[in-house]
Amino acid sequence: MHNFLFGIYPYIALSVLLIGSVVRYERDPFTWKSSSSQMLRRKQLIIGSILFHVGVLVIFVGHLVGLLTPIAIFDAIGISHGAKQLLAVIAGGIAGVMALVGGGMLMHRRWTDPRIRKTSSFADIAILALLLAQLVLGLGTVFVSLQHLDGHEMTKFMSWAQGIFTFRSGAAAQIEDVALIFKLHLFLGLTIFLVFPFTRLVHIASGIFAPLRYLFLRAGYQLVRSRRHRPLEERRRAYDKVQAKRGPSATTPAE
Amino acid sequence: MRVRAQIGKVLNLDKCIGCHTCSVTCKNVWTTREGVEYAWFNNVETKPGTGYPTDWENQKRWNGGWVRSASGKLHPKQGSKWRILANIFANPSMPEIDDYYEPFDFDYDHLKSAPDMTAFPTARPRSKITGERMEKIEKGPNWEEILGGEFSKRSQDYNFDQVQKDIYGEYENTFMMYLPRLCEHCLNPTCSASCPSGAIYKREEDGIVLIDQEKCRGWRMCISGCPYKKVYYNWDTGKSEKCTFCYPRIESGQPTVCSETCVGRIRYLGVILYDADKIEAAASAERETDLYGAQLDVFLDPNDPEVIAAARRDGVPEDWIEAAKVSPVWKMAMDWKVAFPLHPEYRTLPMVWYIPPLSPIQNAAQAGQIAMSDQMPDVRSLRIPVKYLANMLTAGDEEPIVHALERMSAMRLYMRALSVDGVRDEVIAARVGMSGRVIEDMYKIMAIADYEDRFAIPTAHREQNEHGADIRGGCGFTDGNGCSTGESGKTTLFGGKKKKFALPQETF
Repeated sequence: MHNFLFGIYPYIALSVLLIGSVVRYERDPFTWKSSSSQMLRRKQLIIGSILFHVGVLVIFVGHLVGLLTPIAIFDAIGISHGAKQLLAVIAGGIAGVMALVGGGMLMHRRWTDPRIRKTSSFADIAILALLLAQLVLGLGTVFVSLQHLDGHEMTKFMSWAQGIFTFRSGAAAQIEDVALIFKLHLFLGLTIFLVFPFTRLVHIASGIFAPLRYLFLRAGYQLVRSRRHRPLEERRRAYDKVQAKRGPSATTPAE
Repeated sequence: MRVRAQIGKVLNLDKCIGCHTCSVTCKNVWTTREGVEYAWFNNVETKPGTGYPTDWENQKRWNGGWVRSASGKLHPKQGSKWRILANIFANPSMPEIDDYYEPFDFDYDHLKSAPDMTAFPTARPRSKITGERMEKIEKGPNWEEILGGEFSKRSQDYNFDQVQKDIYGEYENTFMMYLPRLCEHCLNPTCSASCPSGAIYKREEDGIVLIDQEKCRGWRMCISGCPYKKVYYNWDTGKSEKCTFCYPRIESGQPTVCSETCVGRIRYLGVILYDADKIEAAASAERETDLYGAQLDVFLDPNDPEVIAAARRDGVPEDWIEAAKVSPVWKMAMDWKVAFPLHPEYRTLPMVWYIPPLSPIQNAAQAGQIAMSDQMPDVRSLRIPVKYLANMLTAGDEEPIVHALERMSAMRLYMRALSVDGVRDEVIAARVGMSGRVIEDMYKIMAIADYEDRFAIPTAHREQNEHGADIRGGCGFTDGNGCSTGESGKTTLFGGKKKKFALPQETF
């Protein structure tokens, strides 16, 4: 069972996340959205949403860097395991509290405000509940971590995560003996990956890519779409060529 | 020069009777769905008033439109790209639905299903969002109709800037006018500039600004970006929607629904050729009062051979060039200078223009001593203060408004002389810098306003941009995700070839 949950389930969850997202983006782009409810009720959203999103993003990046950076790199630049764990506990703890407070406000708003409640789908409420549970579990692990400050336990999770991503067999064995709360946290995290394509969480992907396009790929501010087959410069060249042949009296516009 | 064509629009406020036929027909066609009950792509406001959504003209509050920085560069008032992205979690400048109104319906069913009661059953309002009973309707579409509500509230109207407004609260001095509003289909739209997803775009062929429903992710920046508050968030689908300029009708040469059904015949549609290379400079004009003139400079004279040659080279179809020559919009905006952009100071270069209304002379007590100059009433003594109209249409510059109003009253005087006395009085025409013939043309188009004089709409050239075989068996215009109901014929994930989404895009 342990091997299934932490050796095989990760692959199931990540596969569903990837393939499910691609299918949804491809087949039903109209449903791909953030599902903001700010229009219906501003109260509690501004502070709640900012706290929640900033907290979650810090945690997400922290987990990404913390888990997937090879241990050798930390050793090479001289960051001890204990120091890294302390950083993770402090930064993660602060961000976790931010996210939990913000998420709590959002949940309260969604549950008690009739406008938001009536317009919420089951998935909207369920995913927020899952995330809150995950935040509570995550913050709970802090207390366990504080009992062993040498960073030894933490490196187990790094080996596990890196083992999964590098397709090493026996990755699950790395975390065989960690505290139950860590296992619950991992399982719930993988489950959130699993349901990602079926919920509003898909907006995270757009939240990463849209700003990059907006900032770096869009030259100015404005967008003009043409339904013509060729861009303007090409049309002009073709037109000039035709004009040169026909003489200046031709009046056919460039296509 | 980069010539593009746009179907522009002019609304003659002098003739608007405030019947709301435009709003109702528009709603019936476009916004009868859940999520947009509160949205009116076209609405008619009574001015002075704070409008819909309340206080929309107050950009200190909503941060719509553009600002010009000290270096002369433009950026959206709600912030440059970084600032916009920083607000993506919660948009501080976005109105709430209560700023429009909470949509409601009446409990009509209760009238027939109520049990035997001592009191007569009534149809009480219910919210269309929650379905719960609303004890008090605080606001609705057109809440200030015909000067409804107290003056102290209505006079929050932004256009009273620098007007001694207190006297207009007196019954004898009060004034009103109607302002029908729709998306301006701007040359420099802030909505599209604010969209991180790039879902909002302007069409090269006809200038219509649209929202790609499949690309919209609901970041909501367009709603605060648009200074006219004409982008609406559909709370059901989580996407933004806006006036489409009835593009399926326009493409087939028909006027928009609001124009088609306008009872007062105040709406005009016609082609305007413009120089896309001049947009940025025009929108960045230093002084706000220069913006009206700067926008006139962006428009290109369709009778100028050089413009015609450039238009052909840039692919403007021949019938569009011909249509531009007879465009009523061109005549009113450029030839006669009687039409003006709404709030040019937002720097969006709007393309729905307005002819300011004439109004009765100030009040009966003063009627005998009203200032007349050369038999014509001084337009500055009309009931609607010129400054008020100027704040609305020319960023506060009164000169162009006075000029337009004089031409319009000269038209009345001239036509009166012609039809009553049978005299073509060229003196009247010359006084406002026109000729009798031009005034008669103006009368024909603005006063008589026959259908074919109001609308000169060339059809879209679909043969140039799509192949009939590709769209055979397609699903035409649908709401949202193409014809997908889970099954989609045009996109296949496994096997079949997906038609690539490759529209040539131009950015500037």
